[in-house]
Amino acid sequence: MTVLEVERLSKSFPIKSGLLQRETGRVRAVQDVSFSIARGETLALVGESGCGKTTVARCILRALPPSSGAIRFSPQEGTTIDLAPLSRSALRPIRRHIQMIFQDPYASLNPRMMVGDIIAEPLLVAGVPLAKRQARVRELLELVGLPPAARTRFPHAFSGGQRQRIGIARALALDPTLVVADEPVSALDVSVQAQIINLLLDLQDRLGLSMLFVAHDLGVVRHVSDRVAVMYVGRIVEVAPTIALYARPRHPYTEALLAAVPKPDPMLRDAAAAPRGEVADPANPPPGCAFHPRCPHAVDRCRVELPELREVAPGNFSACHRAEELTLVGVA
Amino acid sequence: MVEAARRVLSVRDLVVDFVQDTGTIRALDGVSLDLHAGRVLGVVGESGCGKSLTARAVLRLVDRPGRIVSGKVLLDPGAPAQQELTALDPEGEAIRAVRGGRIGLIFQEPMSALSMHYTVGNQIIEAIRAHSGLGKSAARQRAIELLQEVGIPRPETRIDAYPFQLSGGLRQRVGIALALAADPEILIADEPTTALDVTTQAQILALLRRLQRTKGMALMLITHDMGVIAQMADDVAVMYLGKVVEFAPVQQLFAAPRHPYTRALLRSVPNIRAVPRERLATIGGAVPHPESRPTGCAFHPRCPEIIAGRCALEMPPPLPPDQEGASCFHVMPKMMVDA
Repeated sequence: MTVLEVERLSKSFPIKSGLLQRETGRVRAVQDVSFSIARGETLALVGESGCGKTTVARCILRALPPSSGAIRFSPQEGTTIDLAPLSRSALRPIRRHIQMIFQDPYASLNPRMMVGDIIAEPLLVAGVPLAKRQARVRELLELVGLPPAARTRFPHAFSGGQRQRIGIARALALDPTLVVADEPVSALDVSVQAQIINLLLDLQDRLGLSMLFVAHDLGVVRHVSDRVAVMYVGRIVEVAPTIALYARPRHPYTEALLAAVPKPDPMLRDAAAAPRGEVADPANPPPGCAFHPRCPHAVDRCRVELPELREVAPGNFSACHRAEELTLVGVA
Repeated sequence: MVEAARRVLSVRDLVVDFVQDTGTIRALDGVSLDLHAGRVLGVVGESGCGKSLTARAVLRLVDRPGRIVSGKVLLDPGAPAQQELTALDPEGEAIRAVRGGRIGLIFQEPMSALSMHYTVGNQIIEAIRAHSGLGKSAARQRAIELLQEVGIPRPETRIDAYPFQLSGGLRQRVGIALALAADPEILIADEPTTALDVTTQAQILALLRRLQRTKGMALMLITHDMGVIAQMADDVAVMYLGKVVEFAPVQQLFAAPRHPYTRALLRSVPNIRAVPRERLATIGGAVPHPESRPTGCAFHPRCPEIIAGRCALEMPPPLPPDQEGASCFHVMPKMMVDA
């Protein structure tokens, strides 16, 4: 069953300049993005900064109104609602079903609230009575591996990893249908990051969470996701099951990303060349395929014709004109 | 073992305290390490381990309430012109000639090294002229060459750009050009690619490696990323709570890590070759605040291999500089432990 289906989602922002702040152009941050997440599935959305992955997440949370496209969400079996056109008040009853885990465990918790109150806040907003709230907070603390005594303490008493556990407990308080996690471990030290990754894996198993996992670290993504969608300059360039994507990328940008990750093995000092050039400006993307100026495989067609995302192998989608003929290098 | 490359910098038993109303925090607790011409020393550890502070202390950039309590930093150790940086006035002429002169510095966020208000060219030209006798137009020519060398396209026009007009990757290239302005023998790079995207990171690492090799510089590369260490370092110093707990040539460190902390750290890195959904090895707890440094071996509360009655009470002997090994009771030769 599909929990979320995003279809041709686009979001652009005006560029204003001059004394009158007239609109002089538009940054197309997200363009024609389509994907779906099945119940119990974790889809990772990866890409470099500015690629639009966070904008996609914010549109799904309706923290931003999409410019066009549909965001079909199924809070329970048999009910599907398009979130894209909904008003604030129409969204309110739906919000409890989509929760967010933030990147920065320091900035995302109110320092003046006790941890128990932070975790209970979504329950309070949803009108859960006091006794039930307290029981649920105890349950959630246990679930994320924090001691019951954490309830009456303030966030500053906790380390970054523990604070991220608090943030996760808050996100899970209302048993959401979908969790959107935006770089949930990138601010943490490696040893703590590993603990949180394992916690997320445990929670996926125990609760059957459906997650959209926004991240840039391909190592982390490999551990937590079932499928991966790769974005480049506002568009999805490849979607595939995790193992397939890493073993045999079908888009040259995915290949470049995998090659660029520094491998923790001194015997494998890459001859692997970093891709040349820089990420294109989303306000002024190159014609054709946006990756063509950096692509070692580009041909004339790539410079003029925009490649559509299409199925090139079962379950494997690529937006590269040459996806079928190229044999790209992944990691074993 | 480290071959006989010329030692260009020695840090010996460096201790840095932060004196606060609530008490004194020992942030560096006897750090010793050496830099060699033409070699890359990777310094790795989690936040708060003192890796950046070591670099700042070398350059005498420790701000109040921090204070170098004891230990030495020697430039050209053993040479007739040996200079004791720890004996210099931190605001004096002599250290300023070293900073940005003999020793170049690259920061995580290049904007912290660059001013918003001056063009890239002005800042590099100023650095060139501060450390050489070049005239204005010769310095400008040299600045263009430097920008070219660090891979900035169209350097003759980019030289007149302001830093905010450049992308993060180009800014870090400018930061590297600035560090190279005085032709330093030593480069200290503090998390130079942490703020960058992965494809840009690969470009900057390749650039650093090329420059370090062609110029035969000693590079001290500070990072938290074991991948960056594996790709860049010749030798590695692993730090934990203000101490070097393990030192080894890079291949040795990854093939047979000696300290339980190094082992745990290596196992906890998410790997792009992992089996999907595989759990990572974890280290229990978090790095303690230096204010509440554990007794004995500082790693003992998190150590899976703790020896009862020993690690919590006694401090394992420190590592002699430049010798591979680990500061751990499991590793120290028996005689040293008994002594």
